[in-house]
Amino acid sequence: MRRAVRRRSSATEELEVIAPSKLAINNVSKSFQSASGKVLALDRVSLNVAEAEFVCLVGASGCGKSTLLNIIAGLEKPDSGEVLADGKPVTAPGRERLVMFQEPALFPWLTVFGNVLFGLNLKPNLSRKDRHDVAKYYLELVGLSRFEHANIHELSGGMKQRVSLARALAPNPRVLLMDEPFAALDALTREQLYGDIQEIWNARRKTIVFVTHNVREAACLGDRVLLFSPHPGRIQEEFAVSLSRPRDINSVDLAAHATRITKALKRLGQAEAVATK
Amino acid sequence: MKRLFLAAAFFAVLFLLWDAAFRARIWSPVLLPSPWQVASYLKGAAVDGTLARATLITMRRLLAGYFIGLVLGLPLGLLTARWKLFHDTIGTMALGLQTLPSVCWVPLALLWFGQTEAAMLFVVVMGTLWSVVIATETGVRNVPPIYRRAALTMGSKRLHIWFKVILPAALPFIVSGMKQGWAFAWRSLMAAEIFVTILTGFGLGQLLHYGRELSAMDQVIAIMFVIVVIGLLADKIFFSPIERFLHRRWGTSQA
Repeated sequence: MRRAVRRRSSATEELEVIAPSKLAINNVSKSFQSASGKVLALDRVSLNVAEAEFVCLVGASGCGKSTLLNIIAGLEKPDSGEVLADGKPVTAPGRERLVMFQEPALFPWLTVFGNVLFGLNLKPNLSRKDRHDVAKYYLELVGLSRFEHANIHELSGGMKQRVSLARALAPNPRVLLMDEPFAALDALTREQLYGDIQEIWNARRKTIVFVTHNVREAACLGDRVLLFSPHPGRIQEEFAVSLSRPRDINSVDLAAHATRITKALKRLGQAEAVATK
Repeated sequence: MKRLFLAAAFFAVLFLLWDAAFRARIWSPVLLPSPWQVASYLKGAAVDGTLARATLITMRRLLAGYFIGLVLGLPLGLLTARWKLFHDTIGTMALGLQTLPSVCWVPLALLWFGQTEAAMLFVVVMGTLWSVVIATETGVRNVPPIYRRAALTMGSKRLHIWFKVILPAALPFIVSGMKQGWAFAWRSLMAAEIFVTILTGFGLGQLLHYGRELSAMDQVIAIMFVIVVIGLLADKIFFSPIERFLHRRWGTSQA
C-alpha cells in the first residue's frame, strides 16, 4: 500500500531546498613527499562548519587550504583525523559535497547543457524530463539559459565558471566546496559573481567552504573567515564577519573587516619570514 | 565557389598537360598512355564489373582488418595507459612495431598463412593496430586529471569514468590514431595485394600487378586513380565529418 502512495520523484521535488550539511573536521593531518623532504600540509586541523554556513579559508598559497578542501570533498585521504558530514565519516567523493575548482573543469566534449546534465545523469530515480527541467532551472539561475547549446570553448571565463557553478548545484548537494573559483577572472566579472553567489546561497541554502587568497573576497562572502598559516598548515585565527547581506565588495564596512584580516595575514607572513631565516 | 573553381582549373590544367605530353610523343605510348585510353579502360572495367568486384574485395579485406585492429587496439591502448606493467610491455612493443613499415609484415604473413585471405587480414590488422594502441594511450595520458576529479565528485565511478570522461576526453587523439591506422592499413594491403596473388579474390592491388605484367599502362594508371579516389572518399566521408565535429566542440583551429 505504501508503495502506491509514495510520490514518484519529480523535478519539482528535486528542486526543493534540502537541508544543508554540518561538517566536522577533527584533527586532520596530511603530509606530502616533496623533493626537499616531507612537507606537513595540514597539522591537526579542527573545524566545525554549521548548516548553511559560509566559511572562507584564507592564506598564502601552499598553506594547505586547498588540501583541506580536497579532504572534505573526499578526493584525498588525511593521514590522520577525520571529516564528518552530518556525523558520518567522509571516505570517498560523493555528490553530497560538490566541488567548484579554480579551472572551470568543464568537459569540452559536451555542450553547456550536457555539462550541467552530467551530475544529474548519475542520480538514480530521475526521469529524462526531470533531469532536463532541473538542468534548465540551474542554467537560468546562473543566467545562461541562452547558452545551453553553446560549446564550452565559446564561453568567456566568467561564463565558464557560471556553468561550473550550475553543474555543481544541479545534483542538489548539501555542501558546496569552492577552490579559488574566481581567481582567474577579471575584477568586473568577479564582482558580479560575488553578488550572484550570495543570491544563490540565499536561495538554495548550502553549506559553503570557500578557499581563496583574496582577503576582500573572503570578507565579502564569508560568515566566518579562517586564516591559515603555512608550514605546517594550521588555522591561525578566526574572524566573524557580521555584516548584513547582500554585501558590496566595495563598501567601507567591508573594507574595515578586510583590513583587519590583512593585518593578521601580514603578521603571519613576517613570522614566517623570521622562522625561515 | 571560387575555391572550387580554382581546384577544378588546377586539375583541368594537369589533364591538358598530360594529354599534350602524350601527343608530343616524348615517351613511348606504352609508357605513357593518353588520358582517354585510361578513361576507356576505366569505362570498360566498370561496365564488365571487374572494377566493382576488385574494389569490393579490397574494401572487404580492408574494413575487416581495420575493424579488428580498432577492436583490439582501443582496449590495449586503455590497458597500457592504465597500468605500468602494460605500458612497459605492450606499450613498448607497440611503439617499436609502429615504426616498422607495415609492408614489412607481408613476407612474414605469407610464410605463416600462405597465399590466403588470412595473410591479407593479418597485414591489415598489423597496419592498424599499433597506431591505434599508441594514440589511445597518448590520448588517455593527456586527459587533464581535473576532469576525473570533477567527475568523481559528481558520483562517477570506475567504468562510468572510463566511458563518459576518459574516452571522450581522449577522442581527438584516438581519432587521429584511427586516421593514421587507416592510412597504414591501406598501404600495407596494397603492398600485400601487389605481391601476392590469392585465388580467393582479385583486389585492386592484384589488378595493378597484372597491369604491369601485361604492360598495360592504361590499366596501371586507371587502378592507381581508383586507389587515390577511394583514399580521398574515405577521408571526406568518414574522417572529415568527425574531425569537423571535434574542431567545433573543442574549439581547435581547423586547417
